[in-house]
Amino acid sequence: MIIDGSETSLRKFLSDLPPVDQVGAEARAGMLATRSIKTTSKAWAIDMAISMVDLTTLEGADTPSKVKSLCAKAVRPDPTDLTVPSVGAICVYNDMVKIARTELDAIGGESIPVAAVATAFPSGRASLAVKKLDTQDAIDAGANEIDMVIDRGAFLSGKLYQVFEEIKVIKQICGDKAHLKVILETGELVTYDNVRKASYLAMLAGADFIKTSTGKVAPAATAPVVLVMLEAVRDYFTLTGKKIGVKPAGGIRTTKDAIKQLVLVKETAGEQWLTPDLFRIGASALLNDLLMQRMKLRTGHYASANYVTVD
Amino acid sequence: MSRIDINKTYKLFIGGAFPRSESGRVYEVKGSNKKFLANPALASRKDLRDAVVAAKSSQAGWAGATAFNRGQILYRIAEIMQGRSEQFTEEISALEGVTSKAAKLQVEEAIDTWVWYSGWCDKLSSVAGSQNQVSGPFYNFTTPESLGVVAIFAESKPSLLGAVRTLAPVLAGGNSAVLIASEAYPLPAITLGEVLATSDLPAGVVNILTGKTSELYPWVGSHMEIDGVDVAGLSKKQEEELKLVGADNLKRIARFSTINHPERILSFMEQKTIWHPIGI
Amino acid sequence: MSEFDYASAPESKAIANIASNYGLFIGGKFVEPKQGKSFNTFNPATEELLSKIGYADKTDIDAAVKSARLAYTRVWSKMPAKERGKYLYRIARIMQERAREFAVVETLDNGKPIRESRDTDIPLAAAHFFYHAGWADKLEYAGFGTKPKPLGVVGQIIPWNFPLLMLAWKIAPALAAGNTVVLKPAETTPLTALLFAQVCQQAGVPEGVVNIVTGDGVTGAALVNHPDVNKIAFTGSTDVGKAIARSISATKKTATLELGGKAANLVFEDAAIDEAVEGIVNGIFFNQGHVCCAGSRLIVQENVADEILEKLKKRMSLIRVGDPMDKNTDLGAINSKEQLNKIHEISNSGDAEGANRWSPEVKLPTKGYWYPPTIFTGVSQSHRIAREEIFGPVLSVLTFRTPSEAIEKANNSMYGLSAGIWSDKGSKILWAARQLKAGVIWSNTFNKFDPASPFGGYKESGWGREGGRHGLAGYLTSEAKVSK
Repeated sequence: MIIDGSETSLRKFLSDLPPVDQVGAEARAGMLATRSIKTTSKAWAIDMAISMVDLTTLEGADTPSKVKSLCAKAVRPDPTDLTVPSVGAICVYNDMVKIARTELDAIGGESIPVAAVATAFPSGRASLAVKKLDTQDAIDAGANEIDMVIDRGAFLSGKLYQVFEEIKVIKQICGDKAHLKVILETGELVTYDNVRKASYLAMLAGADFIKTSTGKVAPAATAPVVLVMLEAVRDYFTLTGKKIGVKPAGGIRTTKDAIKQLVLVKETAGEQWLTPDLFRIGASALLNDLLMQRMKLRTGHYASANYVTVD
Repeated sequence: MSRIDINKTYKLFIGGAFPRSESGRVYEVKGSNKKFLANPALASRKDLRDAVVAAKSSQAGWAGATAFNRGQILYRIAEIMQGRSEQFTEEISALEGVTSKAAKLQVEEAIDTWVWYSGWCDKLSSVAGSQNQVSGPFYNFTTPESLGVVAIFAESKPSLLGAVRTLAPVLAGGNSAVLIASEAYPLPAITLGEVLATSDLPAGVVNILTGKTSELYPWVGSHMEIDGVDVAGLSKKQEEELKLVGADNLKRIARFSTINHPERILSFMEQKTIWHPIGI
Repeated sequence: MSEFDYASAPESKAIANIASNYGLFIGGKFVEPKQGKSFNTFNPATEELLSKIGYADKTDIDAAVKSARLAYTRVWSKMPAKERGKYLYRIARIMQERAREFAVVETLDNGKPIRESRDTDIPLAAAHFFYHAGWADKLEYAGFGTKPKPLGVVGQIIPWNFPLLMLAWKIAPALAAGNTVVLKPAETTPLTALLFAQVCQQAGVPEGVVNIVTGDGVTGAALVNHPDVNKIAFTGSTDVGKAIARSISATKKTATLELGGKAANLVFEDAAIDEAVEGIVNGIFFNQGHVCCAGSRLIVQENVADEILEKLKKRMSLIRVGDPMDKNTDLGAINSKEQLNKIHEISNSGDAEGANRWSPEVKLPTKGYWYPPTIFTGVSQSHRIAREEIFGPVLSVLTFRTPSEAIEKANNSMYGLSAGIWSDKGSKILWAARQLKAGVIWSNTFNKFDPASPFGGYKESGWGREGGRHGLAGYLTSEAKVSK
């Protein structure tokens, strides 16, 4: 244990973290964005990215049929090419969890987890009682992963221990039934120092994954934010021997964006993080671009959007 | 019988003290009327070495004083010179053979020179520094800093003004100095040392040697602890030779026209540029 | 889990239209050297011959200086400053247009990674011309008197580490101030300078304003000693710099010298550690460590030394060494066999004197000149590797306990070109910046360059500054100084 669980030990640990220099972090992320990924590496990266996609729909207008067609896409992203891997997970609101789980199980997607956004997503503005119920409800409906939001208001007003305790409580509810992803909403934390602090806070409280954003706030998964979070899981592993996953979400729309994320992973946390168990990309539109780029690589000519399904 | 004057013993000025030359040597200085004036010390290379040690050890403190404080001290030098102006006038006129009036003018100009450079101390970085607009999220600025130990070969004539207009800019820039007085007209420089000793200038910041230029300049040129040289009092030939050996530690070596100019200060300063990122 | 090795992503060589041989650029034309001698320039990454280059001797230097003098008296000094500036703007634009070609040629001739020539050398070189173009008609406001005057003909000698960028640092301010130039590129990297000569032709720069003479040290010495040269601007080793200072000691010539360095990179306990590690890597491994201001002495606070070193080693393992033309290469080839031998020689002294060497596992190409990224720990101030400029990817690590000890160690050098400070505490940074005897202080960053930022060293790192307002002084006559 690197902290004893008390508020004092948490505060001390977080305040002892080294600062992040904004310009330096952005320069490093910017340099990594110049990596040129071609041919065989690109093909590998596209398939890996597909298998890391948390295929997401988080709209007020979501319907059972929309979710079902997303499930079909998740299992077989390209019906004309069965060598395309399935995606990492389906990510939906609570009330769609059961529909998604049932549908996936019915069409051969048993191994694809269903992630539910919980704890009063996206704002996190609800009582702890409601957040607990929200989580329990998702798990009861069959969710395999819980994407919880932290209370950014509490974090920003310095109530770090309250945030820590809340994550711990949710983690307890998840138990061994569901993986816990903790959404930091980095766009509201604003500084990289806060991102680093929140990353550690979430990991210390029991997060299996730390996730950048809800997708409802911009900026979301910028490269330097992901860099800082990857540094955090890398260093947390050195400290504890535990590997925590990272999930950028929001704003990753193109194959180029996704490959840049994989480069960040490889050159920050290391190649061992290049697995859907430890890296996911929260996205909706990205998958089709990955599929089109895959077609281009395979056929040698540029693909048309008419040949990938719109769900 | 009239009273016998008490003549001054002209000694060296090293580390705030007035020692004789370690060599025990002196040389005779005569007035313009060919009459004996004094036996100032004939400094040796060891005296030079001691002077550089004193200059080196006092330099950081002098450079570290606030520019305002340095300006105050240079002004204080002017004040004290003013009080001694008669003595300087007599000395110059006996030595150089100029009229009292001309000597007085020289003293006044020397005093005004101190005042002029005094005012520069806290304005240098505003005038000679800069904030540089680099293309990136960086704050970048350049500011002049002292060079270190500067040796000065003072001009022969005007004996006092020649010493002051070379010395004052070197001090204004935060350097310490080893002033080698004019061989033929050394006396006002030593009297200047007495002024400096009583003007709040930290000991060792200025050191004054008298003696043979031809004997001392090769040692100045090769001394690795000397960072800059004003060669006003050297011949062209001597300057060339000093530059040749001075290249061993890339001494900053300069000769100036007679005007007062901030470049006289800046030539014995380094420009330091500092970068820092701007971010949250 | 699978390997994500980046497949080779080579930049195309097709754009580099390298001729099989080049003459000297004198009086606006390429001419054959009078003695008809030549030398070869190679790609240090492959040892392949790139081109045959004209060798300028004393008579060629004389012709170049004469052409520069003629251009100075007849054309350049008479031209309105505004018009002079326009030529520099033109040069800047053409360099931007031909940036990719310049980058490829630079990488082929020098061995530096294409990412660096593409993202650093060439854009900065063009920016240097753009910046100085604007000074040409504003010199009277630069703080060097109301009637600043050019010096005349300037002889310029540049090194092989940033061939085009150093050319820009020299030629841009010289021309902006109204001088004409004779420039000698380094023997092993003449190609981008010759390409630049073509840019001058395209820009219509009047004949003789820019002359490029290729050759070796003897050629350079002939330029330094030519009686009709008014000023020497040199970037290179401290030894040669001193030799130049001696050569001109009995002349009216002035000089600016940008010489060696052994920069201290100070890391305090409160630094942003990850960015500091990046800064250390950038400080010493940028351009294979062929950088006069390289952060070659890491001086780190003892209580964070282990953490820093562990992170540094991990980070060093990610450095991609190899084909400079590959867009993903981080560390390219050593520029010459001679330089490689020098790196070996000084580094080996580190082993012999008891320091501990560490390098990540890297596969070096079999052809060409290569040296792995290397650090030495357990280094003492007295070790050669802590005192001498290695000019290669070799870092010496020392530690300190108190801030004053850090400064003392940092300043304990005959050099004083640059230094780095890593700390999150503003007052400590400013304190350290003031104490450090170096001309460029990078705090919480390293190896940053900009045309607006003066560059140059204290002590035996040189004379004068290049870049910014301060850099102009070296190309204008002085109001107060007398040059013999």
